Amino acid sequence: MQVAPTIIIENLSFSFENTLIFNNLNLTLPAGQWTCLLGTSGVGKSTLLQCLAGLQPCRGIRCTDGLPLASRIAWLPQTDTLLPWATALENALLGIKLQRNVSQSDRKHAHDLFAEMQLSHATQLYPAALSGGMRQRVALIRTLLQDQPVILMDEPFAAVDAITRHTLQAIAHRYLQGKTVVFVTHDPAEAVRLGDEIYVLDSKHRQPQKIATPASATPRNLADGQSAMTIDAMFAALQNVAST
Amino acid sequence: MTKAFVSIAIICLLWTVALRIFPIPPYLLPSPLSVMRALHAHWHLILINTGVTIVEMLAGWFIGIIAGCLLALTLQFFQPLRRCILPLLIASQALPVFTVAPLFVIWLGYGIATHVTITALMLFFPVTHAFYDGLQQTPHTLQTYAASCHAKKWRYFWHIRAPAALPAFASGLRIATAIAPMGAIISEWVGASGGLGFLLLSANATLQIDLMFAELLVLVTMTLTFYFTVDRVLKKCIFW
Repeated sequence: MQVAPTIIIENLSFSFENTLIFNNLNLTLPAGQWTCLLGTSGVGKSTLLQCLAGLQPCRGIRCTDGLPLASRIAWLPQTDTLLPWATALENALLGIKLQRNVSQSDRKHAHDLFAEMQLSHATQLYPAALSGGMRQRVALIRTLLQDQPVILMDEPFAAVDAITRHTLQAIAHRYLQGKTVVFVTHDPAEAVRLGDEIYVLDSKHRQPQKIATPASATPRNLADGQSAMTIDAMFAALQNVAST
Repeated sequence: MTKAFVSIAIICLLWTVALRIFPIPPYLLPSPLSVMRALHAHWHLILINTGVTIVEMLAGWFIGIIAGCLLALTLQFFQPLRRCILPLLIASQALPVFTVAPLFVIWLGYGIATHVTITALMLFFPVTHAFYDGLQQTPHTLQTYAASCHAKKWRYFWHIRAPAALPAFASGLRIATAIAPMGAIISEWVGASGGLGFLLLSANATLQIDLMFAELLVLVTMTLTFYFTVDRVLKKCIFW
């Protein structure tokens, strides 16, 4: 497995259709940790992920190891982007198939992940036959099979119910250990549960506001006092950026 | 399909009732019964000529689809050619087929080649248009995902863009299937020595109206069977 890099965002400025999205944005995304990004709609969270993925032309993003970032990312979007014409197994292998031929070891790895995520029975099912939670697990398997050190997640669990989301958070946390994860979410509780670092992005082009995280290890228990205080702090920060 | 045959039965019933109410002479509108009698009396002739039309129709349909797909792919992959090819394609549809058909007779003779070419010419455009449209409308989320994977161009086409375009292609194929029998019949009207279109002209010239209606009944049955067979296969294969 490739070593996860620290990503430095330095003086990133970006405009889209004459609208300034980022103005000299500075942010450090530490290696092997989950950085959660929150903010009001339209603040540029998804755009920042697109910049990191190299899907938008911008300058000011680098890795501390000096290697290019765009070729080392795997993307897990909000909509599962599963292909309706392919089985769950073939969907899981899509990231590989877009790059190279699938090997026997890739297939074995895929079957192992399906088994670990209790989806062995679903390998030959089409997405239409899968529940929302199962579809996101398949999408997660696809992300894992790409075996990239940086994972960009754009509200990946926003479309599933609370119980499924809780399960998926635990699964994602377990399987993405050691990777640099950039996690965009609208849900402060989700950020507290998973985030080693949490930032609230500002629509007025001020620097992102860092939220102090509880000392406990992730995934955190939301019932403890520190987590509740962090959630409160996040709500205050979100209200602040929305009102000023 | 069953519903289609039920509809035909209802039309025949209404037709019979109308003939009993209004005094229309049989040389203008024969009764369904006399049509069935003509079908029974000339079944061998109709069968042989239907076979000729089916061969022309299937060959034209197949070649038209292949040509339609190749043109759509050309438009998709060779951007500079698009401006040259697109007006030609539209011009090919602007010209009434009757005006160009005699040219094909001169170039290709009275044989099957002319009929197949005219049939293919009539039906390739819906396939080209629909498939090209489908290729242009790959969902944005899939495009973004493929870009984030730094997908290789041909792998992206094979695994995402082409399958995503298949439902649109299927729509074009259905239209082509519906007009393929008509294409074969029209091609036979231009000049032929066999086929349902040829037989229709012969029956018309000899005022055998009941035979004409029998041939039309066979033509409609053939078209419906062909369309619903293709539709069923498409629904099974392109299920998304």
